[in-house]
Amino acid sequence: MTATSTPPASRLRGRDTVRVAFSGLRARPLRAVLSALGIAVGIAAMVAVVGISASSREQVNDQLRQLGTNLLTITPGQQLTGGEAKLPPDSVDMVARVGPVTAVSAIGTVDDASVFRNQHIPEEQTNGLSVNAARPDLLDTISGTVASGRWLDDALAQFPTVVLGADAAERLGINRTDGSGQVWLGGEWFTVVGILDPVPLAPELDSSVLIGWPVAADLLGFDGSPTTIYERSDEDAVDDVRAVLPATANPDHPEEVSVSRPSDALAAQAAADETLTTLLLALGGVALLVGGIGVANTMVIAVLERRSEIGLRRALGATRAHVRRQFLGESVLLAGLGGIGGAALGGVVTAAFAQTRDWPFALPVWVLAGAAAATVLVGAIAGAYPAARAARMPPTAALATV
Amino acid sequence: MSTRIQAAATAPVAVADTRDPVVLLRDVRRIYPGHPPVRALDGVDLQIDPGELVGIVGPSGSGKTTLLNVLGTLDRADAGVVRVDGYDVEELSDRQLSAMRAHRIGFVFQQFFLSPGVTALDNVADGLLYTGLAQRNRRARARRTLTRVGLADRTHHKPHQLSGGQRQRVAVARALVGQPALLLADEPTGALDSASGAAVLELLHELRDTGTTIVVITHDHGVAAELPRQVHILDGRIESDERTAER
Ligand SMILES: Nc1ncnc2c1ncn2[C@@H]1O[C@H](COP(=O)(O)OP(=O)(O)OP(=O)(O)O)[C@@H](O)[C@H]1O
Ligand SMILES: [Mg+2]
Repeated sequence: MTATSTPPASRLRGRDTVRVAFSGLRARPLRAVLSALGIAVGIAAMVAVVGISASSREQVNDQLRQLGTNLLTITPGQQLTGGEAKLPPDSVDMVARVGPVTAVSAIGTVDDASVFRNQHIPEEQTNGLSVNAARPDLLDTISGTVASGRWLDDALAQFPTVVLGADAAERLGINRTDGSGQVWLGGEWFTVVGILDPVPLAPELDSSVLIGWPVAADLLGFDGSPTTIYERSDEDAVDDVRAVLPATANPDHPEEVSVSRPSDALAAQAAADETLTTLLLALGGVALLVGGIGVANTMVIAVLERRSEIGLRRALGATRAHVRRQFLGESVLLAGLGGIGGAALGGVVTAAFAQTRDWPFALPVWVLAGAAAATVLVGAIAGAYPAARAARMPPTAALATV
Repeated sequence: MSTRIQAAATAPVAVADTRDPVVLLRDVRRIYPGHPPVRALDGVDLQIDPGELVGIVGPSGSGKTTLLNVLGTLDRADAGVVRVDGYDVEELSDRQLSAMRAHRIGFVFQQFFLSPGVTALDNVADGLLYTGLAQRNRRARARRTLTRVGLADRTHHKPHQLSGGQRQRVAVARALVGQPALLLADEPTGALDSASGAAVLELLHELRDTGTTIVVITHDHGVAAELPRQVHILDGRIESDERTAER
């Protein structure tokens, strides 16, 4: 008479576990949405931070691809005695003779010349704008573009005409390039014929005004020594060229010459943003943690409120493990829904931000995978204690409603 | 331990019966600790054979719910032999007891305990949730069972759209859907008016006619009088066990 066999085991299908976990959320949609929102905010913050920084990096990469990384700039540097060094006037031609070099141009700062809106402004009141003589091939060499008007061609370079850098135009308050705008430059009126776009590879040009090389010599006593030489060569010869440039540009004092690669500076600037990204990411992590506490709180309350449901499920044959899985599943679902919402929100924020900045949209897949993993983890941790409590509840106590 | 040996000695199992009893209690004790401890079950002997419809009657606090919990394997006795559907409950693990409840025991509670916002059909189908049956099959069987309790036209109603009596019939259907060896009902008419209560009792009588073993707890002597067998319980002891003539 004593039973030796045992009854067939209780079984809850995987699909039914999900269904049961989901039904718990559906019973109180507002509460589910609100506690998922906490997770969503954290995930959205983290996804947006990574997405925006990835988009910004992508933008710099795009820019570098477009501008090229083969531009080198040569400046005279310092004399050993401390004074300003000078490059010989024929240094531009000498650089052009280096084999792999494909383009060379230069600007020369016209010392003692300042530029003003009109002649009534006192000379001492400098405005930080430098006056540079520019060679006609400058714009092509530095991949610069004209925002309005025209560039100084060989003909215009003979006359008192000027092209303004982007910042310079703004500071002088000039936006007309139809020949009606004039600036007071080194004691002469110069007609504004063009305004440049910002030049990423030569930001020093943004705050300068550019005049023709001949007119600088004729009217302002420019001595013809270049202060910055811009040079492009074959991409794979950049290092070789760089090695010979000092001796080429200034054979008498190669040790004074300084050569730099502006694309490096751009890339470094993008990398510097990474510190801020890390900080913001940590803040997003804190938000996620707070969201996780919200989920845990919701689950603790759910277990207390649903004692009779737990008792009923035990009476229907649920094992402790089934009850635990149900509440754990509910918690993971809750966090997961927040995670999906947050990832979508973060993606939208990234896209909107990239749009306003004219950046390309970039959101690495690992960010989404990481967000998914993070929410599952948060949900599991938040639900572990409430689920264990629900599972431990004796069925009779759970059924005894007061 | 001694009580069990004594129980086995004083009450040899009724082997004479060709069919094994669904419920066999021998000197079952359940004592709630406290000051003073409450002897909710104080040496209960009970045998219920397949197909019986038994009423457990007694005043409030007499130990009816405690007895039902022990019969339903929701609670374990502190002493004595509890054998349900041929299994010695003492020897089964918590998981095995869950399995018993999933496959062999059905419960009906005074407060129905239906899931709000879930259709009658799915509430009934939940009675099979922990058997591992696929949802399609659960629903098919739930539909048949709802028809059996006379609610074929209410399958897609939610609990709040049903009357109290209908809710209790849904709860009965949920307990029945797994074709349990034993159906336990704790005050199934307690929350109902007399007409609805009578309908539920009528249903239980019908089920009994189809061979389901049913235990109904009630403190209502009127309800009990309708049942073919009445077990009276007082202070955790069985006072009397009467069979009235079959209807
Ligand atoms: N969890 C518990 N802890 C301590 N004592 C309990 C507990 N549950 C029930 N009791 C006591 O055990 C006795 C029997 O309780 P039980 O619930 O079985 O009574 P009942 O016959 O179902 O009463 P009612 O008709 O009011 O439902 C009562 O005296 C009660 O106070
Ligand atoms: Mg009771």
